[in-house]
Amino acid sequence: MSDSSLGQLVRLGEQRGVVDVPAPDAAQAVLKDALSVQPFDAAATAFVLACLPRSKAPVLWVQDRASRLENGRVYGPALKGLKLLRVDVSHARDVLWAMEEGAACAGLSAVVGEVHGAPPVLDFTATKRLAMRSEASGVPVWLIRSGAAEGLSAARERWRIGSLPSAEHPYNVAAPGAPIWEAELFRARGRSPGVWSVSNEGRGRTNSLCFLPRSGDGSMEADHGAATHATG
Amino acid sequence: MDRWRRITAQQRTLPDDAVPVVLSMQGTHGPVVYAVNAAGLARGICVDARVVDVQAIHPDMHVERGDQNGDRALLDRLAMWARRWCPWTVAEADGMLMDVRGAAHLFGGEVQMLRDMHDRFAMQGLRARLALAPTRGAAQMLARFGAQGVICGTEDVAQVLAPLSVAALRLPSDTVRLLDRLGLKTIGALESVPRVGLMRRFSGVVEDLNPLLLLDRALGRSADPLDAPSDVQIWRAYARMAEPVIDPIPWLEGLAEDLAMQLATAEQGARRLRLTIYRVDGEWRFRDVSTASASRDPAHFVRLVTGKLEGIDPGFGFDLMTLEALTAEPLSLHQDQLGGARDASADIAALLDRLTAKLGPSKVTWAVWLQSHKPERVERGVPVLAGGGQTVAEVAHERPLRMFDPPEEIAVLYAVPEGPPARFRWRRVAFLMARFEGPERIAPEWWRDRAGTRLRDYYKVEVTDGRRFWLFREGIVGDARGGAPRWFVHGVFG
Repeated sequence: MSDSSLGQLVRLGEQRGVVDVPAPDAAQAVLKDALSVQPFDAAATAFVLACLPRSKAPVLWVQDRASRLENGRVYGPALKGLKLLRVDVSHARDVLWAMEEGAACAGLSAVVGEVHGAPPVLDFTATKRLAMRSEASGVPVWLIRSGAAEGLSAARERWRIGSLPSAEHPYNVAAPGAPIWEAELFRARGRSPGVWSVSNEGRGRTNSLCFLPRSGDGSMEADHGAATHATG
Repeated sequence: MDRWRRITAQQRTLPDDAVPVVLSMQGTHGPVVYAVNAAGLARGICVDARVVDVQAIHPDMHVERGDQNGDRALLDRLAMWARRWCPWTVAEADGMLMDVRGAAHLFGGEVQMLRDMHDRFAMQGLRARLALAPTRGAAQMLARFGAQGVICGTEDVAQVLAPLSVAALRLPSDTVRLLDRLGLKTIGALESVPRVGLMRRFSGVVEDLNPLLLLDRALGRSADPLDAPSDVQIWRAYARMAEPVIDPIPWLEGLAEDLAMQLATAEQGARRLRLTIYRVDGEWRFRDVSTASASRDPAHFVRLVTGKLEGIDPGFGFDLMTLEALTAEPLSLHQDQLGGARDASADIAALLDRLTAKLGPSKVTWAVWLQSHKPERVERGVPVLAGGGQTVAEVAHERPLRMFDPPEEIAVLYAVPEGPPARFRWRRVAFLMARFEGPERIAPEWWRDRAGTRLRDYYKVEVTDGRRFWLFREGIVGDARGGAPRWFVHGVFG
C-alpha cells in the first residue's frame, strides 16, 4: 500500500504494528530488565508485578537504598495478595548478591531487584551471571532500574515502561481510571522489538495484560484511548 | 556468706572474725538482713530483721550488700556439680536436694558418702550442712534444724523429727505464730493433736503451706518425688590442629560433618550455631549464625559459617576450633514426596538463612499487618527468622503501589478551593494536575496519636503526562490545630 492512494482507507494498525504480539510469558525463566521513562513513575513496578507468575510461593524483592529513597518502597496492600520477602540493603553489590542467591533457589516464584542509577558493579558480567542462574533454576528474574540506567545488559528482554494518561473512569469523568502503560521492548532475544500500549484487564487478584501495538508515526498515539476500547 | 568471704578476701582484708558481718538485701521497707556470719549469729542477729534495727543494737556491725543472683547461680552450678554423687539433684532457694537412693554404696556407705560430701564442699571453701533422711521433707528439716550430718533411718523418722520446732516445716511466719499460740511448738506436739480439728482449721490454706500436709510428706505418708532437671546437652565438634593455622576454611567441612552426625544421633536439628577459634595467644573469637528452621545438613552449615568468616581475626594462628549447636530442636527424618524432587520450603529456609547470615536479621523481612487507619502503619516488617509472613489485609480503597516513608512535602503553586492543587512542585519539578479522585478522609487515631494530630484528606491525582500521585492535605483550614494545611505526596500509583 502506498501513501499515494489518496482517499482510500488506510489501516495503520495492522500495517505498521508488529506482527508477533509479545504477551510476555510469566513463567518464562529469564532475566528481564524494566527501565522507567520518567522518574518517580511506578509504571515499571506495576508492569513487572502484573507479569509475575501467580503462585503461593514468595517473591524475593531486593531493593537498594538509593531506589528506596528515590522511588519509595513497595506498599503491601496494593500487591493483591502477593507474598513478598523483602531484602533491604544499602549497596547495589548486595542487591546483586541477594538476587543471585534467590535466582538459584527454585522454591521462590520470582526474584525482583531494584537498582537506582548505574553503579559500576552492575555491568554486563553481573547481568550475565544473573541470566544464567535464572535459566538454570527456572526462576524468573526482573531487574527494575531507575535513574540513568542505560548501559550494557545481558538481559534477555529489556523493556522501557512509562505511564500514559489513564483510561476513562466508568463513573466519573474527572477521575483517573484504569492505568495504561507504554511498553517499549527495545532489546530482545528471539523476537523483534516494538512498542505497545498495555493495560491490565484482570479483575480482582488476576492479571491479564492486553497489548495493543503502537505504530511509530504518532497517529495511533493521539487516539490510543479509543483504540483501547475498540480492541480491548 | 562463704562466697562473700572468698570473693572479698581476694580484694581486701576481711573484718575480724569477732566482728558481726551481715549481708543486706532490699526489702519492702528498706534493707533487711540476708545472711549473717558466726559472730553475728552468736549475738542473736536473725535473718530478715531490718538492718537499721540491728545496727542500732550492734553499732560495731559490718554491713555489706548481698548478691542474690550470684548466690542463685552458684547454687545452680553446684547442683550440677553434685551429680558426681547421684543423678537426681535440684537446687532450691537456700539449699540443694539430692536423691541418693541406690548411690550410697558406691562411696562405701551413707556415712562415708556424707563425709565425702562435707570434705569436697570444704575444699571449695563452703560449709555444708548435711542430713540424710528417707523423705525429702525430713531431709530438708534435718539439714536446717537438726544436728550436722545426721542420718535418719526409715523407721525412726517420726522420732527424729518430733523435737524439732514447727518452723522447720518452712511455714509462713503467721502460721508459725498461730501454731505457737495454740501451744503446738514442736512437730511432736503437732503430731499428737487430733488431726480432724487441725485439718478443719487449715482447710483454706494452699497445699504447700498446710502444716499437716507438709508433715505427711515429711513422714512419708504421701508421695513427694524429686523433679530434677535433665542434663544439659552439648553438641559440639572439635578440630585440634597439630600446629597453629590461620585459615579455618579447610577444617569447616569435617567439623560440620561431625556436628551433623552428633545431631543426627540425637534426632536434633540446629537453630543457632557458633564457630569458635582458640588462638595461640590465649584469645578466642567466635561467630554466630542462625537458621530459619532446624537443620543438620553439613553443606548448609559450611555455607552459613563461611559467609560470616570475613573479619574474624586469627592473630598468630589458632590451634583449636569448635563448632557448637547453641540451640537445637527435635528434627526427625521426614520425606514429603516420593518423586525425588527437591523440597521447595527447605530451599527457601536455606535461602533465608544465607541472606540473614550475610546481611543481618533486620534486612530480611516478612510483612505483618496491623489494624490501623494510618497507611504507613498498616504494614510492618519483622525479621524472617522471628516468624512467618501473613497474608495481606484487604483494604477497601485503592492504595498506591509505592509509598514514601516519611511523606514528602510539596509546594503548592496554584491552589484551588476544593480539591488538590492544580499546579504543584515536588522534587524541583512542576506538575500540572489533569484529573483527580477524592478526597478520602483518614482521621487520626485518638487512642494512639498525639493530641493535635491533624486529619488527612487523600487525593489520587493524575498529572498531564500520566503519572498518578497519592497526595494528601494535612488538616483543614480552621481546625485550630496549627496554621495553614500543608500538602504532601505519600505514594505513586502504578
